[in-house]
Amino acid sequence: MTTKIRVATTSLAGCFGCHMSFLDIDERMLQLVELVEFDRSPITDIEHCTNCDIGLIEGGVCNSENVHVLREFRKNCKILVAVGACAINGGLPAMRNFISLEECLNEAYIDGIGVENAQIPSDPELPLLLDKVRPIHEVVKIDYFLPGCPPSADVFWKFLTDLIEGREPSLSYELVHYD
Amino acid sequence: MSKTITIDGQIIPFEEGQTIMEAATEAGVYIPHLCHNPEFTPHGSCKLCTVNVNGRTCSACTFPAMEGQQILNDAKDINEDRKKITQMLFVEGNHFCPSCEKTGNCQLQAVAYHLNMLDDHFPLFYPHREMDASHAEVLIDHNRCIFCTLCVRASQQKDGKDVFAISGRGINKHLIVNAESGLLKDSELKATDQAAHVCPTGAILIKRTGYQIPIGERIYDHTQIDQVSLNSENLQHDN
Amino acid sequence: MNTFIHDLIEINRYQPNHLLHILRAVQAHYHYIPKAAIEQIADLLAISRTQIISVIEFYSFFHLTPQGQYEILISDSITDHLLGKHELAAYLEEQLNLKIGEVRADGLVSLANTSCTGLCDQGPAGLVNGHALPRLNKPKIDQITALINQQTPLEAWPQELFQVDDNLIKSDLLLSAPITQGEALQSAFKRGLKETLNELDISGLRGRGGAGFKTATKWKFCSEELNDERIVVCNADEGEPGTFKDRVLLNSYAHQVYEGMTLCAAIIGAQKGFLYLRGEYLHLYEKLEAILAERRQAGLLGLNIINTDFNFDIEICLGAGAYICGEESALIESLEGKMGVPRNRPPYPVTHGYLGKPTVVNNVETFLAAASIAVNGGDWFASIGTDKSKGTKILSICGDCAQPGIYEYPFGTDIQTILDDCGASDVLGVQIGGPSGTFISNKEFSRQLAFEDLATGGSFIVFNEQRNILDIVNNFTHFFAHESCGFCTPCRVGTSLLKNQLDKIVDGHGSAGDVVALEELCQIVKKQSHCGLGQTAANPILTTLERYPELYQAQLKKISYEPGFDLDGALETARRLAKRDDAAAHLAQVEE
Repeated sequence: MTTKIRVATTSLAGCFGCHMSFLDIDERMLQLVELVEFDRSPITDIEHCTNCDIGLIEGGVCNSENVHVLREFRKNCKILVAVGACAINGGLPAMRNFISLEECLNEAYIDGIGVENAQIPSDPELPLLLDKVRPIHEVVKIDYFLPGCPPSADVFWKFLTDLIEGREPSLSYELVHYD
Repeated sequence: MSKTITIDGQIIPFEEGQTIMEAATEAGVYIPHLCHNPEFTPHGSCKLCTVNVNGRTCSACTFPAMEGQQILNDAKDINEDRKKITQMLFVEGNHFCPSCEKTGNCQLQAVAYHLNMLDDHFPLFYPHREMDASHAEVLIDHNRCIFCTLCVRASQQKDGKDVFAISGRGINKHLIVNAESGLLKDSELKATDQAAHVCPTGAILIKRTGYQIPIGERIYDHTQIDQVSLNSENLQHDN
Repeated sequence: MNTFIHDLIEINRYQPNHLLHILRAVQAHYHYIPKAAIEQIADLLAISRTQIISVIEFYSFFHLTPQGQYEILISDSITDHLLGKHELAAYLEEQLNLKIGEVRADGLVSLANTSCTGLCDQGPAGLVNGHALPRLNKPKIDQITALINQQTPLEAWPQELFQVDDNLIKSDLLLSAPITQGEALQSAFKRGLKETLNELDISGLRGRGGAGFKTATKWKFCSEELNDERIVVCNADEGEPGTFKDRVLLNSYAHQVYEGMTLCAAIIGAQKGFLYLRGEYLHLYEKLEAILAERRQAGLLGLNIINTDFNFDIEICLGAGAYICGEESALIESLEGKMGVPRNRPPYPVTHGYLGKPTVVNNVETFLAAASIAVNGGDWFASIGTDKSKGTKILSICGDCAQPGIYEYPFGTDIQTILDDCGASDVLGVQIGGPSGTFISNKEFSRQLAFEDLATGGSFIVFNEQRNILDIVNNFTHFFAHESCGFCTPCRVGTSLLKNQLDKIVDGHGSAGDVVALEELCQIVKKQSHCGLGQTAANPILTTLERYPELYQAQLKKISYEPGFDLDGALETARRLAKRDDAAAHLAQVEE
């Protein structure tokens, strides 16, 4: 028996919608687990990456923790894939880029309606926010991009089966969507 | 015997005074474009329609067809350049397709799909741009403007008005509105004006119409822009 | 009703084409273009306010917000940097108590950078309310600061502050023997206009702006167009950093330049001519107007020139700070009172130029040479130079050399000879033709000045061994991003991307793939841009990357990838607001 292909996944500044869409491959998941083994991923609860073949990253980079996780993935994954609009261009979270971080935090923790005990959290356990949300290719090198909000289950399926079967991954017109 | 040009090996007739784009469209050959619309004077700014004419780079929408031209259009390196130009348009503005009601009907997006653009390639600019929601029926979202000037031309050439202009220089270019306040509500624009409907992206939208057709069933969701464009532009021509 | 605006429009005969004249006057009067003025001008000229706003926002010298009563601009050209601009600008900021890009709170003075002012041989240079301030130094800055703080009117400033020198160092065929007034016209009419055009053809004269189109052919094409009106335009918008020859030609040889234009008009059948003078040369304007008046008086302009039935006159149009207007079709747009956006070609200006009329646009030096050829004949000119490049070329030499100034050389002269003449030693390389031209290294000094080898519109910048090539390239790349008109995507976005990508590498944040990405970007900007600006904007990078690849590689980190932005800096605001400075509140730029 050959060793299975190891796949890790994570969601940074995303909504887990891409992960949900991945799960939409439905019964094909049974075929997939014949071929792959999941490493760090919300579906395994493994906390840290070990050596993997493929890393799937959902979401952009909005805070310091995202940077650390992304670097861990880059270090451990042979192939790193930006999955979905947020990973590719920051997506909806990046729409805060047009408001200063100071205004954002003040609105959330100081001036917002219904805020009690107004203060900006200061705890070493909490990751700090970056001044702008960034796509992941601006922080580490990315090998492939799967657009979509989310990419459809068929996109995941086509991409992974291409890779697993040793083809250069390609997406047909029907599979390329930004929405 | 009519005069001809050759595009990707296909012999195409043309009439004196036609551009390469016009001759190609009539012959059913698609050349990607965004700022071009056969109803208005060609502009030549987006550079998506770049073709190789006898070894020289030309914009098909403005360059006249001339006897004997050997033109390369649907070639790998040309499409690669077109993809990069499209990526430039994406990173220059703020194109968040999931939150745009034009998604699926957007020509910028459709050209990108057609060119199999999967990422933005370049670092994003995230420019700070405003919206103008002052008009009762029409919205401007400057984040999505690609400076194609179609609204400018439509207003001048079809609506007999002069509502829009492109101002500024270089990367600071922006769309301005002809009103003392600078706001759309104080301009002469009506929702029935062609200028309000011609935007290839989601920069100028008619309010409260965005979701009449569900995402997934829109123009470019299943049909490529080459087919859509050739059908509609030849239809316009026949009319 | 504002009578100032009203009178201004009346002087300009309600001509929308005069929009630049009008806006220059409004800017000079108010130090910005007030909204009310825009409305009034739109009304009186019957054009849309958006057309006016777009013109204001296009040209660097017009402003929608108030500038200081003393608008100080300091040249950001590489040649000014070589002469200590950086330190001097810091001193200026300190003395005036304001930062570059700001207007002082009292509204008295504003300070900003500007592109090359054409004073590269006598920099660091600046402009005050459009008037040239050459050879700036600390004592002069002290003096200027005092004059501003005392609110001394500009007319009362010491004239030596504005003293611009010719620095004409080496003359050859053209500059050593200027024609006398009217001589070219007399010769041409005597010989016959057709025959004179033939002499011009024999001379082999090619356009001196850099592109090198054969002058006689251009004039012939224009004369053959079926139109009862034709136009002659002299392109004196020399904005290429390092170029200042036209400044000297217009200061000391204006008669001959005008005569060349008049000759052209006679040959092609034009009655109207324009001198498009770059805004930075405001200091030449009055003198040039006076010479026009003199020529009208002498029967060399106006009706019945030299007692023939030939009528022709010249109008001077001042630019307003836009390098792109040196491109001939952008220049024509600007003459028409519009943004300087290059047109789609064809049609070319010789068939559809100013207001759609057949138009000849030539460089100042071309008209100067044409006038001499009309007097001395084609063979006289063609006898020197090379096979493909006849006659001489006038160079503006500046940078690291003992004697910067104007030098005239026969085409075919090698670069080493030129360097020896101007007193340049220890030379690293020469930028020939300005940023849009070629950077040659010190292994190439046997190459020749010629269209077929090293073509130049006149810019010749010498750099010595102490200079950092990447600083030079960076300055040029920023220049192009600033001057891109923004019409086409590859140049509008591409020049800004080039600037950012080069900054990343120069600042030491580049990694393995970054030079490849830079080169790839260069190729697309060069290949796909609409006009010469975009097509040459990547030349500084491409010509140095070709010669000094190791220089770029040395900037790169030995890692596969580094973020293009400052990661730790991106946490600065959050740190401040959370009042944290612990280890977890920081990010390393590259993973340890």
